[in-house]
Amino acid sequence: MSTKRPHFDEMLLETDGNRAPYVEYGKWFAKQDPARLTQKSKEAEAFFRRTGITFNVYGEDAAQERLIPFDLIPRIVANREWVKLSKGIEQRVIAINAFLHDIYHRQEILRAGIVPVDLISRNEAYLPQMIGVTPPGGIYTHIVGTDIVRTGEDDFFVLEDNARTPSGVSYMLENRETMLQMFPELFSQIKVQPVSNYPKNLRRSLADCAPASCDGKPTVAILTPGIHNSAYFEHSFLADQMGVELVEGHDLRVVDGHIAMRTTEGYRVIDVLYRRVDDDYLDPLNFNPDSMLGVPGIMDVYRAGNITIANAPGTGISDDKAIYSYMPDIIEFYTGEKAILKNVGTFRCSEPDSLKYVLDNLADLVVKEVHGSGGYGMLVGPAASKKELADFADKLRARPSNYIAQPTLSLSTVPIFAKKGLAPRHVDLRPFALMSPKGINITAGGLTRVALKDGSLVVNSSQGGGTKDTWVLED
Amino acid sequence: MLGKTAGGLYWMFRLLERSENTARLIEAGFRIALTRSTDPASEWKSVLTTAGVRAGYDAKYDSYTAAYVVDYLLRDADNQSSVVSCIEGARMNARMVRTALTTEVWEAVNESWMNLCEVLKQPIKDTELPAVLGEIRRHTALVRGAMHGTMLRNDAFDFTQIGIALERADNTARIIDVKYFTLLPTASYVGSALDNVQWETILRSVSAHRSFRWMHTDDMSPAKIAEFLILDSRFPRSLSFCSRIIEQSMEFLAKDYGQSLPCHGLIEQQRDKMRHHTIQTIFEDGLHNFITEFIHDTTVIGRQIEQDYRFIG
Repeated sequence: MSTKRPHFDEMLLETDGNRAPYVEYGKWFAKQDPARLTQKSKEAEAFFRRTGITFNVYGEDAAQERLIPFDLIPRIVANREWVKLSKGIEQRVIAINAFLHDIYHRQEILRAGIVPVDLISRNEAYLPQMIGVTPPGGIYTHIVGTDIVRTGEDDFFVLEDNARTPSGVSYMLENRETMLQMFPELFSQIKVQPVSNYPKNLRRSLADCAPASCDGKPTVAILTPGIHNSAYFEHSFLADQMGVELVEGHDLRVVDGHIAMRTTEGYRVIDVLYRRVDDDYLDPLNFNPDSMLGVPGIMDVYRAGNITIANAPGTGISDDKAIYSYMPDIIEFYTGEKAILKNVGTFRCSEPDSLKYVLDNLADLVVKEVHGSGGYGMLVGPAASKKELADFADKLRARPSNYIAQPTLSLSTVPIFAKKGLAPRHVDLRPFALMSPKGINITAGGLTRVALKDGSLVVNSSQGGGTKDTWVLED
Repeated sequence: MLGKTAGGLYWMFRLLERSENTARLIEAGFRIALTRSTDPASEWKSVLTTAGVRAGYDAKYDSYTAAYVVDYLLRDADNQSSVVSCIEGARMNARMVRTALTTEVWEAVNESWMNLCEVLKQPIKDTELPAVLGEIRRHTALVRGAMHGTMLRNDAFDFTQIGIALERADNTARIIDVKYFTLLPTASYVGSALDNVQWETILRSVSAHRSFRWMHTDDMSPAKIAEFLILDSRFPRSLSFCSRIIEQSMEFLAKDYGQSLPCHGLIEQQRDKMRHHTIQTIFEDGLHNFITEFIHDTTVIGRQIEQDYRFIG
């Protein structure tokens, strides 16, 4: 009766029954009344609305706030799987940090001919203002949210490194909170590793990166573009959870060579600024002169070593998808080890042979802009119409170096709770890593994004994806 | 605390207070418009004047019809003081100062916003009006209750109190300002049926018709009403009560921050003025004068607070 499934499902076995990490959960689930679960699902949505866990969608009415749909079937990861993942992430984070330091200093990796010089020097994410600047503690990538996909029992791939300003950690925390409220009994039956320490760890990790100029307890603040930003909820959520001020550009100014925030009692110095504002908007004097979101002169304070900016300016270059294609070599160059986590094979369209292959096989590939994020500006070949393929081919021919292409991966699925019962949907995983001179801390869990449409591979919340709570089991 | 946060808290609660006061004004206007003894159009006109939105209304409509006035006060997005605008503004400020609010306060204001926006989506029919006005008052009370029950008594709380008290003082003063002639002892038809309706309306617009009666069983005189609204230290919407709350909250801030600022001098001056007056001296000096001055002083105090505590850069 059972036909072979086209994708690896993380819960359901081909034959009856569940994969090992889901055995306990499966027993619990079998005993549940679907009507009760539907009710719980509605309660969760009301809870999200009431607490204001929403995001704004660009291009829509400014007042428009949307919920990211939450699915109540958890994504469960075995401890054994997690250990491998977290080792692999740690290795990548160390390598990326070393790579960033190198390309802004001696550029050994370019001299060794491992990464082409053009890819760095002609890259708009490469900031000349950072050349020769060493961030406090030598840390560039304070917070990293590595996107990982799975295609089989032991096949994990890194899709993107997200070393710039990864978002979504608030959903990791709130999804768990929601599950704890809805199904407390589950957590007494199944030992799930907690995620709730993340805000405390984040604050500590940031404080450990304070500049040398800071004597005493470092003052940490989060810089947000403001309430209309799509991730504003997360910014205020993190500030609240960490117990630090949430500031905007117009709350800040340079006072005696330091960055200070305007308080009811006068200006007060900030030592560590966790900024959720892109490089380009950070400092109108040094970057985009029209920016209203940043702080004029902050780069000068930074270069003088009087503030820590997390993540460091210029980090974005490591998110470049053409750089990504060199990541296995980068890892080996800086760590002397083979990459623990695999890269997805990537065609650089800047290379003529690759471009030809990509154009010939467009319908089977996923094509992305090298600087893109959030699922915007990408083509999913198998899901595209003839016209879309033709239009995209024109774009490729016009600016080949702006694109990379990857094979369409057969992403793993995890069931969602649908009207007709469990329905497999594609997922990805974004764990969050914190880096300070004292070490790397990776929260056991992360954000699982799920494509709610049957067959869809696009999990981005801006494109109709949802989220799940992610469980890493205790050993 | 960030100056911006102080400003956000202040405005969030000021706007909530304003939406509640507007609901109360509509309620009183609606009631008096139902009684045949008065001219409803002039009543609605004074409601608009009290709410400080007559210019905007006049630019849009050419008659003072209940349906238009109610719609303008409740739902019009062009009217910055409409209930919808106030709730939107309060919630926007709440999002901005989210980290200074307890979860309870945030959820209360977010729920108020969700429910009231829904309720006020369509024009409100006469038959639904009392229920809708009740809903507005219930929601603002919910936010205030969450605030009193859960917020620390620190500077954040002080700024919310100042916002509420300033808005309330301004509202009561405006009500007196618009109707001051009915409170003058020289009014020729003292005690006439018309006056009774007018006095009743004034008291209703500050939710004081019952409490006033409890305290002044027999004496429904204009002087007593004026005294109650201006000087009574027990009535939470009297000018004196509100200015005392402002003074008190500002004293807490001065103590907390260890510094006295120009705004402290201004509130002291206003308090001194109030203390030296009796209702007789106010009438002797001129009720209208007194009220105009009070409104002006209150505005100045508000501006000075914004500046002293760096609400904006």
